[in-house]
Amino acid sequence: MINKIVNSSEEAVADIFDGATILISGFGEAGSPIELIHALVDRGNGNLTIVSNNAGSGYVGLAALIENKQVKKIICSFPRTAISVVFPEMYRKGEIELELVPQGTLAERIRAAGAGIPAFFTPASVNTPLAKDKETRVFNGKTYVLEHALNADFSLVKCHAADKYGNLIYNKTARNFGPVMCMAAKTTIVQTKKILEVGQIDPECVVTPGIFVKKVVEVSNPADESVLVAENRRYLWK
Amino acid sequence: MEIKANIGWTVSEMARKVATDIHDGAYVNLGIGIPEIVASFIPEGREVIYHTENGLLGMGKVAEKGTEDFELVNAGKKYITAIPGAAYFHHADSFAMIRGGHIDICVLGAYQVSEEGDLANWSTGDPNDVPAVGGAMDLVAGVKTIFVITQHATKSGESKIVKKCTYPLTGKNVVSRIYTNLAVIDVTDKGLLVKELAPDISFEYLQQNTDATLFQ
Repeated sequence: MINKIVNSSEEAVADIFDGATILISGFGEAGSPIELIHALVDRGNGNLTIVSNNAGSGYVGLAALIENKQVKKIICSFPRTAISVVFPEMYRKGEIELELVPQGTLAERIRAAGAGIPAFFTPASVNTPLAKDKETRVFNGKTYVLEHALNADFSLVKCHAADKYGNLIYNKTARNFGPVMCMAAKTTIVQTKKILEVGQIDPECVVTPGIFVKKVVEVSNPADESVLVAENRRYLWK
Repeated sequence: MEIKANIGWTVSEMARKVATDIHDGAYVNLGIGIPEIVASFIPEGREVIYHTENGLLGMGKVAEKGTEDFELVNAGKKYITAIPGAAYFHHADSFAMIRGGHIDICVLGAYQVSEEGDLANWSTGDPNDVPAVGGAMDLVAGVKTIFVITQHATKSGESKIVKKCTYPLTGKNVVSRIYTNLAVIDVTDKGLLVKELAPDISFEYLQQNTDATLFQ
């Protein structure tokens, strides 16, 4: 019998190991699985490579994971916002590695991993420092740069509703990287606001089919990162 | 080379010039900051659909205070609204729209634009800065027409329209048209063609205050 639902965020992240590569959904706070990230902070795995569009705000969520020195390297497109403090400080001190990737290349590298495509050519970043030392090739008179798939051990994703088969739907622009990240990891772990009965999600409307999902945990009332940041909360102090 | 402050067009006037050049039915991506203002000046009778690369086609106005939805944001992470008829999609689809040439026009800010339409707008190359690129390189590589809206000079008075960019490039030979407070300039095969001068700005004054070579 297939039932991907687990009882707690702690149980959901229980297989994560030191040195893992982890995809984390979200565009800023929209779609960021803050409870799963906090469960990973509690678990304490180190030496992680994190792939996420941003690098956290304030001292909660992804910023807490970085502040707790669990992250060796971050692969992202935009590691700063007006309210990001932890990453910039550690980056300037040389305490964390950064691989900067154009946002569309980041999304496509993740999608390619999920689709079994090891590498692809893109026009983005040609003639810029981000294409330095990368293989290029001309197609129809235009230059493209070779980019490699971004496979991962785990992905942590937030969605709006899920069923026990792992079918997912999302909410508005919180969808962002979720669907491609679900495809690209060996083990995809999802936090959902709602669990629905099998059959309640219209098959025409399923965004992530359950085959891409391993574990689902219900977090019916997730914390709002921006509220925690505005209140200057720090997860590590709790 | 020093340009007097508050000369030429205001930012709103510049944004209105850009908006006038956006055709009815266009799919448009507006960069973060000044480019966002352009949406307020689309002439009546034109329907324009706004794309925001974090997964929405049909972006509406900024959300009113008290109605903000934390899961409905634009590329600048501002709380926004969606118009009736909008569509949400994931990031790979969103950048397929960009890279696949489906977006008609993108309006971006700039640190520098060169005579050949090279754009530098993501990094000053300062090693103390945390580098961040976002979707800028994908946008300039994939969108059919790139408009730049910018002050003609930096706050310290240096021309942003240059012979050759000294900052790291976002893309090479990608800009079609530049809207500054002093002029509207087209990037052509022959070089930078001044299409329109702001009131009381002469071509000679413009050229004296521009690093790049201009022609009329």
